[in-house]
Amino acid sequence: MAKGSVSIIVERCKGCAFCVEFCPTKVLALSSAFNAKGYHPPHVVAPEKCSGCDLCGMYCPDFAIYGYKIGKKESEAAA
Amino acid sequence: MIPVEEVATNPVEPFLRMERIPHIWCPGCGIGTSVNSFTRALIESEADLNKIAIVSGIGCTGRVAGYMKLDSFHTTHGRAIPFATGLKLARPDLTVVVYSGDGDLFAIGGNHFIHAARRNIDLKVICVNNLIYAMTGGQAAPTTPVTAVSTTSPYGCYEPPFNLPYLAAAAGATYVARWTTFHVRQLARAMKEILRRKGFSFIEVISPCPTLYQRRNKMGDGLDAMKFYKEHSKVKNGAPTAEVGLDIAGDIIVGKFIEIERPSYADVMRHQLHARLGDRYACEEGAVCQ
Repeated sequence: MAKGSVSIIVERCKGCAFCVEFCPTKVLALSSAFNAKGYHPPHVVAPEKCSGCDLCGMYCPDFAIYGYKIGKKESEAAA
Repeated sequence: MIPVEEVATNPVEPFLRMERIPHIWCPGCGIGTSVNSFTRALIESEADLNKIAIVSGIGCTGRVAGYMKLDSFHTTHGRAIPFATGLKLARPDLTVVVYSGDGDLFAIGGNHFIHAARRNIDLKVICVNNLIYAMTGGQAAPTTPVTAVSTTSPYGCYEPPFNLPYLAAAAGATYVARWTTFHVRQLARAMKEILRRKGFSFIEVISPCPTLYQRRNKMGDGLDAMKFYKEHSKVKNGAPTAEVGLDIAGDIIVGKFIEIERPSYADVMRHQLHARLGDRYACEEGAVCQ
């Protein structure tokens, strides 16, 4: 069971691959698909490894990805 | 098929003017990364956002003031610090952050920087250093390393560049640190520290410029610059600032170099005017006078 997950806002991505390179557990890879601007956004290849540390969100210069802890988010949704 | 999930919100988004996003910064530019660290610092410092003002000059980094959903002002070229000085003197209750680039703060506005540091005005200066004038087309800046190719130094730059932490420390800054955009957590911590402390504080953020600087110097894209920072950054807290100059391909010394206490401009001003004028001097409401 993954501890966290990432959310990707595909249309904002400019394909710099910072998130792919610096993800500590290597959850992401660049997709072969294009977004509307013609960049390759990342996609999740190993969802079970995600710890929800949000390091991808801290690196993303385009504010296009963020990680969250699964338990924490559910409790927030309940509250 | 690309999975699209938009269930929660990005923690950065409440701090951004979302109608202006996507921003104009190039793919691989590090300014957005530094903004991430700044928003994390704002979240963690639990600062009152109505008491924070952000001031930028002109340049790629100057756009930050336009994108952040804080009280902000985008000043004329090089004049971020004079504007911020006036703002701080008129509204001492505000936390004034100057968020600008190396060209704006050290070339066009270099004089203002040294005098604000000398006076120890309570400003938090964050300088994103991409080693070039990026927005105007890649001219050599006072921070461009020797031998780097730019549009105004086609045979390699031969002017010695500024060592920004050394300059800031010599001019009297009370907090001097340097991080790169690779060091997002350390950068966020440093920004949190300066938001909480008093006195002229300076953070230099080394950032990739893939379009204007790295392309002409055959240094690859933004990711290559980030990998370079990862491999070639040496953390040396308290390092003598004279020894932290940048070479074109040399190690980058990062860390917190200086943290000292010095009476701020407002304190010294109140003290002097009270000593001379006594009760005739009415200082602003809520100020602590000796």
